[in-house]
Amino acid sequence: MSALLEVRGLRTVFPGESGPVPVVDDIAFDLDRSEVLALVGESGSGKSMTALSILRLVPKPGRVDAGAVALEGENLLDLPVTAMRRIRGRRISMIFQEPMTCLNPVLPVGAQVVEAIQLHEAISTVDARARTRDLFAEVGIPDPEARLDAYPHQLSGGLKQRVMIAMALSTRPEILIADEPTTALDVTVQAQILALLRDLQRERRMAILLITHDLGTVNELADRVAVMYAGRLVEVAERRALLSEPLHPYTRGLLRSMPALARPGERLPEIPGVVPPPDQWPSGCRFSTRCAERFEPCADRVPSETEPAPGRRVWCHDVERRLDGGAGK
Amino acid sequence: MGAYVLRRLSYGIGVVFGVLFLLFILFFTVTKPDDIARRALGEKAPPEVIEQWKINHGYDRPLWPWQDWDDNLLFDHYERMLTFDFGLSDADDSPITERIASGVGPSLSLTVPLLVLGILVAIPLSLLVAFFRETYIDRMGVFLCVLAMSVSMLLYIIGAQFLIGKVLRWYPISGFDSNLLMLPRFLALPLIVGVLSGVGGDVRFYRTVFLEESSRDFVRTARAKGASEARIMTRHVLRNAMIPILTNVVLAIPFLFTGALLLEAFFGIPGLGSITVDAIAANDFSTLRTMVFIGSLLFILGQIATDLSYGLVDPRVRFE
Repeated sequence: MSALLEVRGLRTVFPGESGPVPVVDDIAFDLDRSEVLALVGESGSGKSMTALSILRLVPKPGRVDAGAVALEGENLLDLPVTAMRRIRGRRISMIFQEPMTCLNPVLPVGAQVVEAIQLHEAISTVDARARTRDLFAEVGIPDPEARLDAYPHQLSGGLKQRVMIAMALSTRPEILIADEPTTALDVTVQAQILALLRDLQRERRMAILLITHDLGTVNELADRVAVMYAGRLVEVAERRALLSEPLHPYTRGLLRSMPALARPGERLPEIPGVVPPPDQWPSGCRFSTRCAERFEPCADRVPSETEPAPGRRVWCHDVERRLDGGAGK
Repeated sequence: MGAYVLRRLSYGIGVVFGVLFLLFILFFTVTKPDDIARRALGEKAPPEVIEQWKINHGYDRPLWPWQDWDDNLLFDHYERMLTFDFGLSDADDSPITERIASGVGPSLSLTVPLLVLGILVAIPLSLLVAFFRETYIDRMGVFLCVLAMSVSMLLYIIGAQFLIGKVLRWYPISGFDSNLLMLPRFLALPLIVGVLSGVGGDVRFYRTVFLEESSRDFVRTARAKGASEARIMTRHVLRNAMIPILTNVVLAIPFLFTGALLLEAFFGIPGLGSITVDAIAANDFSTLRTMVFIGSLLFILGQIATDLSYGLVDPRVRFE
């Protein structure tokens, strides 16, 4: 059976001084029913743009340039705008990094959830309000009845993110895209929101595409992990395999720089440099400018996909060489 | 909120004192009491008649308190304005209060439709260009706005009087009739000119406001939950854009009463704007200061009204 969501060859470009610059380049992954897939990478790696491309919400003047996003076999990129609107918020919902600014400041939060429900269902405002109150209770908002009429500025960041989650879940979507859902929150609140997402995912058997730069969040929630660097995938694997035995040098660097893994008193190892801006991405392997393992083909040739183990994909010349060497013996 | 209004009003009193002082200094820097008398009596009036006029109208007194603490023009100026004792016109001895009362009607009959029409034209146009942002419709719209803004109001007035009034003969070139059936014919030209000269700046301002609100995160949220672009514009963008737009509109309301200076003067509308222009031309200090005083009062009240109206559209606003 095919996956719930199949992304193939996805490419999103922004106009640059010398032609379109891809910020998402040849991304392909599957998301199965009730699976949590984490999309991991540094700032500027294109993970948020990947998520927005799936919902066709890439801000202008950017656009999806190539590829396919198939929801149960139906390519969302080919749908007319009105049909796409019936997907958004009903079958695929999204929550964002900044709960502070993602709610309309001049409307009560309850009304914003009611709007989300009524956009997709013929339901009276009274009934939609009752459902919103139940959703507020389900996502752990205390005194839900009173909170329906609260304005966003009257709620804390954690409560606002709970409202966003309630809004996203209000129409029982099959897929939730969570773009850095805890990054803007306090550490204690982060843990609560992650626990809430995990519980809701299990109860509702909903698939989550979790976008994060934090491997701690990955460890809490994800079944599988796709690591992105500079607009491309570098490694896709089961969570346990990836965290215990990372293959790509970039994944290894990310894992080493996790504070939880460092020894006390030791300086935290870091990956030297930063992700270059999209118009300066190298033509070969994009990580080649920062990679300790680079050798002769890395700067010139894009590494091809290798499958060192079932369900595991890596794009790296070094891994390819070692696999070829192993096959030769 | 009551305390807030009181505090704002007390600031306003300071502003009114300042406005009255500036007006006094500016006027008497360029004009001597003798000049006022000469304009009222004619250039050939003999000196003794001018002296008598000055005595009758109180302009024989010194200007400043250090010249005569008990009897000077500056203190008299404050006393009369702050007690709303506007007195008689320096130009023709007519009671100023009566002239204002007769001018309010013609002024409002021009300025109120002008404000309403301006909003009705500018908001849909700016929503339209904002909706088609970054396309040729948007660029063309902005170009036309800048063009409309750049042309002097005088050119619109003369152009409209010539083309619509003289060549096409659709509407009278100038004049006024308080008869409700005739009034629209006389107001047509000044309204066309007023809307045309104001719409460019308003559309550009509202467009910027709409574009800024359209790029907010909550608009992305609304898109992500499946709302249509039209719904996003009207429910999410317009509601939030109302805050700066209200400022623009409510701040304009006081000036409805002071009239439209150029439009009234050129189209022969006997409103408060005409009274002000005539007073400037005739060195009519007592009428001019009354108009400036009323204008500054209305401006201060308008600003307080603007602040209070924020509370109606923005739940985050609290008055403390």
